[in-house]
Amino acid sequence: MTSPASLSPASGAAGSVRPPESGAVMIRMEKVEKWYGTYHALQDINLTVTAGERIVICGPSGSGKSTLIRCINALEHHQGGRIEVDGTEVGASSKGLDKVRAEVGMVFQSFNLFPHLTVLQNCTLAPRKVRGIAPKEAEAIAMKYLERVRIPEQANKYPGQLSGGQQQRVAIARALCMNPKVMLFDEPTSALDPEMVKEVLDTMISLAQDGMTMICVTHEMGFARQVADRVIFMDKGEIVEQGPPETFFANPANERTRTFLGQILHH
Amino acid sequence: MIRQFTSAEFLFLLMAVRWTLLLSAIAFVGGALGGVLVALARTSPYAWLRAVAGTYIQIFQGTPLLMQLFLVFFGATMLGGGIDPLTAAAIGLTLNGAAFLGEIWRGCIQAIPKGQWEASTALGLHYVTRMREIILPQAAKIAVAPTVGFLVLLVKSTSLASIIGFVELTRAGQIVNNATFRPFLVFGIVAAIYFVLCWPLSLYSRHLEKKFGTVSR
Repeated sequence: MTSPASLSPASGAAGSVRPPESGAVMIRMEKVEKWYGTYHALQDINLTVTAGERIVICGPSGSGKSTLIRCINALEHHQGGRIEVDGTEVGASSKGLDKVRAEVGMVFQSFNLFPHLTVLQNCTLAPRKVRGIAPKEAEAIAMKYLERVRIPEQANKYPGQLSGGQQQRVAIARALCMNPKVMLFDEPTSALDPEMVKEVLDTMISLAQDGMTMICVTHEMGFARQVADRVIFMDKGEIVEQGPPETFFANPANERTRTFLGQILHH
Repeated sequence: MIRQFTSAEFLFLLMAVRWTLLLSAIAFVGGALGGVLVALARTSPYAWLRAVAGTYIQIFQGTPLLMQLFLVFFGATMLGGGIDPLTAAAIGLTLNGAAFLGEIWRGCIQAIPKGQWEASTALGLHYVTRMREIILPQAAKIAVAPTVGFLVLLVKSTSLASIIGFVELTRAGQIVNNATFRPFLVFGIVAAIYFVLCWPLSLYSRHLEKKFGTVSR
């Protein structure tokens, strides 16, 4: 176990994330449209995320929030508008797509660790195969990030032997091993037992403190208050409202936002 | 002059087993190689490739194996190239095996949860790496049992090669019967030999199913 001090931004070398190039535009979405058949999943999405910014996206199920972040690394393909990640347009060329995927880390609701590989192998695969890093070096990087998520002792176990919270922390480490510029979180705590939510949120908070650019789809409003620079509310495929957490939670402007917040905050 | 069924006749049947085994082995290896291609084509991102593989499977699953063997055997002869019965049977069974194994393995590939594709895609892994490192190793685990099950089917299917004149176990049985006129005894023994070949495979398949039946998550 590492000491809590290692989670502060000052701790530097061991498992630190890439420092933000302050103010640079990291993600730009312009007039993005997405349909599933006749279902309009994303309507006129305009979103700019600068380096180091922490965004939380919330909204009712089916509101398009997962679809939005999945369009950023092209797990879903958008049909209209334009998406740029760190200056590279998503979907313009397959080479550009490779670049974007290598720079964007993603954490899923259901962890999606590779069950036939050990924790360490899960973490070293992409650095070796995509970045061409030598196995020994990839292992060193993996151990660094496994320590970062406070789970180095599980390196040689298989995902099936870990708890949900541990698996999700491994998934975060796996993404960090690619040294991404942006991290996308797609409801990372929704599949967890309540007692494991905190360990995953703590890991995410420490990442945020290190200046990682993050977009999190989550209903953890405590996390949003504590970490987010901006909270975005989506409904029916649209961005309905956005703002800093203080104003977003205190004075939501839109009726739909108020209804939604009323439902998730008061029960 | 009717011959007696003696140990010499029994030995003749036993010796024919090696041809059954050889044909099975060739067809299994060939079918497996073709089957991998068929399965990959069936799960490919390209619609036209999926359609080609789908048509291939439909043709070979929708016609009798015997007709396929006839078409290969007589087709090759018609095209001017003489073909020996072993080669014809091997080609026919290989093409047939590729269709069935391809379809079995397609199912195994598609049984791998979508999240595995998404996670490996999101990490930037390319198709070949994704298949080789993530999807196929997991699919192989669930494929083992049905594949051995198919092998049982294949061993029995080789008996059809007797009709194009290849002397394997069944054809040997016909030859012995023609000399001894003891059809019940002869074909009973032939059937028993097939059973001895196939039963252990069936047991093994069931054992593997228990061992690898589910993908560990």
